[in-house]
Amino acid sequence: MAQMNMIQALNSALDVMMERDPKVLTFGEDVGYFGGVFRVTDGLQKKYGLKRCFDTPIAEGGIVGVAVGMGAYGLRPVAEIQFADYIYPGLDQIISEAARLRYRTAGEFTSPITIRSPYGGGIYGGQTHSQSPEAIFTHVAGLKTVIPSTPYDAKGLLISAIEDDDPVMFFEPKRIYNGPFDGNHSRPVTPWAKHPASEVPEGHYSIPLGKAAVVREGGAVTVLAYGTMVHVAIGAAEATGIDAEVVDLRTIWPVDIETIEASVKKTGRCVIVHEATRTSGFGAELSALVQERCFYHLEAPIERVTGFDTPYPHSFEWNYFPGPIRVGSALRRVMEA
Amino acid sequence: MSRRNSRPLSLHIPEPPSRPGDEADFSHFEIPAAGVVARPDTAVAASEIRDMVHTLVRVLDDDGRAVGPWDPKLDADTLRQALRAMMLTRAFDERMYRQQRQGKTSFYMKCTGEEAVACAAAMAIDSDDMCFPTYRQQGLLVTRGYSMVDMMCQIYSNERDPLKGRQLPIMYSSKAAGFFSISGNLGTQVPQAVGWAMASAYSEDTRIAAAWTGEGATAEGDFHYAMTFATVYRAPVIINVVNNQWAISSYSGIAGGDEATFAARAIGYGMAGLRVDGNDFLAVYAATRWAAERARTNQGPTLIEHFTYRAEGHSTSDDPARYRPSEEAKRWPLGDPIERLKQHLVAIGEWDDERHAALGKELVEQGKAAGREAESYGTLSGENVVQADSMFEDVFKEVPWHLVEQRDQAEAERQAWHK
Ligand SMILES: Cc1ncc(C[n+]2csc(CCOP(=O)(O)OP(=O)(O)O)c2C)c(N)n1
Ligand SMILES: [Mg+2]
Repeated sequence: MAQMNMIQALNSALDVMMERDPKVLTFGEDVGYFGGVFRVTDGLQKKYGLKRCFDTPIAEGGIVGVAVGMGAYGLRPVAEIQFADYIYPGLDQIISEAARLRYRTAGEFTSPITIRSPYGGGIYGGQTHSQSPEAIFTHVAGLKTVIPSTPYDAKGLLISAIEDDDPVMFFEPKRIYNGPFDGNHSRPVTPWAKHPASEVPEGHYSIPLGKAAVVREGGAVTVLAYGTMVHVAIGAAEATGIDAEVVDLRTIWPVDIETIEASVKKTGRCVIVHEATRTSGFGAELSALVQERCFYHLEAPIERVTGFDTPYPHSFEWNYFPGPIRVGSALRRVMEA
Repeated sequence: MSRRNSRPLSLHIPEPPSRPGDEADFSHFEIPAAGVVARPDTAVAASEIRDMVHTLVRVLDDDGRAVGPWDPKLDADTLRQALRAMMLTRAFDERMYRQQRQGKTSFYMKCTGEEAVACAAAMAIDSDDMCFPTYRQQGLLVTRGYSMVDMMCQIYSNERDPLKGRQLPIMYSSKAAGFFSISGNLGTQVPQAVGWAMASAYSEDTRIAAAWTGEGATAEGDFHYAMTFATVYRAPVIINVVNNQWAISSYSGIAGGDEATFAARAIGYGMAGLRVDGNDFLAVYAATRWAAERARTNQGPTLIEHFTYRAEGHSTSDDPARYRPSEEAKRWPLGDPIERLKQHLVAIGEWDDERHAALGKELVEQGKAAGREAESYGTLSGENVVQADSMFEDVFKEVPWHLVEQRDQAEAERQAWHK
């Protein structure tokens, strides 16, 4: 075991996989010599050589397109998109190509690729360093979408994503790269070192895709969350004193429906939390699933707590962010209903 | 299986000539002497001037003399105006960089060493021509006389911020200054400039457009869309590629610069292309005039590669010592644009060290005064930023029901927070 923040844990996952499997390689903008603008690939070029960890031209469509081609050859590329906000030029290659290759060739060609990208706000990054575009990918048939919330999960999930034979979108909550964040932005940042999930095995282990984790047990209300918002949800449960069960989805698609159903049937209430904009966000899908499967167990309307339906505003970061107040008042509302 | 070529293939990954710890090395650059490149007539066919993309248009020689057919022969007052614009841009950068370091805003980007690229272009085109810049052409706004206080208010996201606190610092926008909204997403502005130029031609207007992109971002599809559309429709547009050698930590070879010049991109599309010394104000000015004249006379687009050097970090979030030799900036063989224009003005007897020092002081004072005013309207770290409820405006022309509800929710949260 070693103590790692999320960046080190992701780096360790790549290291372990590159060590084990010469078919694994990684590339992206500033990924090679520099080790990535968030340093996730730090040291990998030095250790594994130029051709296994390198810089790419600034062209997200090209990055994803070559990953698809390498995957078709039989490699397992891990492509980094520097910020999730810059993934859009790569969408055609992701949506029309990577996601459908297995289907349209009856399994002859596949896309065993992983696309990593930091996402989410809370760092004063303005409109183009803050977005949470995960719902777009869950809407596409043929893609898996993974979002870890701790160093331990980040490493185990990234290893599973790389080993998976289908394309995996792997979004990293950059606000919690260096420490968990409960949404109280005026308090000093706590490092991961104080958190039990910063104890990470140095070698290979994996966390299966499609499996959620109940990170706080409770009987009164189920909170469905992922990424940074897991920590905000736990903080809000503690601050309000409400006996909330917090489910960290970890893989948002295919989602762990069994864990969701079991929890909501137990508590009879459900609050869904994400940082992304509300309309057609992943919360809408979760809300529909819970309603379809748990309707007769529900004692209150399902609540969604989300970012607002505006571009991410630079100076109003904390008015925009679904922080403790927004989550806390939703928890109280469902308890009072 | 038999193969005629049975040796294993190998994958080429380009690498820069030097990294931290190495000697900075620019010996692989071929730099022609000032004045040696011919200046073709602006009515020339693109196919006749293909060699222009492999050389470097230079006007100022090592002694500060303006030489050769590209000398725009500017009068001394105009030259002093140019020097002032570049020095003001640098003073502004220095000041705002410090303010960011003091925590008054979240982010800043300098254009140190690249001042000529924007300032000369702004002087060479008309004030109502439309600019589609990147984050490194603040010199356009400064040269066009845009309010420094307004620029600062944008950087501070304060109550006078023309963009209402919505945009990352330095992502300016000003319709009045002919300066299109800077996008955080690289490359998007280049086809937009072409579209604006097509609209001007469609409308039988006389205005032209100009776009800027870094050499790194020429890899984006958008750049190539722009090149095709611009040539197909002979759009009255100037496409400027600012080759400052670096794209954050990636050297220009990662964008394809080892195999061909960026100006040479023009040839494949059938566009006119020029390659200029980007640290030579007169060369940038003359090349831009040449391209503008082509555009205005319906000869179509020009690609200009500005060969320059990003003398400082990518942004306040970057430390270039991690990926390039720290003395590389000092070794840059084409000097500093401000020093070179100063040297020229001194050489022709129109300037001296005393006046230069006095001007430097005056500009610092100007920045200080603008800074005092801008900060009186608030800073990002201070209290008086823009009213948060304005964040729901301008998503659409009218605020729809769901945003009305969300605005009310945000207000209730704000009150709960202050309780
Ligand atoms: C679509 C997109 N991808 C990636 C980025 C991240 N990014 C911002 S600036 C930059 C480097 C740009 O280099 P270059 O085009 O050479 O311009 P310079 O910064 O040198 O002026 C990168 C990769 C971005 N802003 N947009
Ligand atoms: Mg560059």
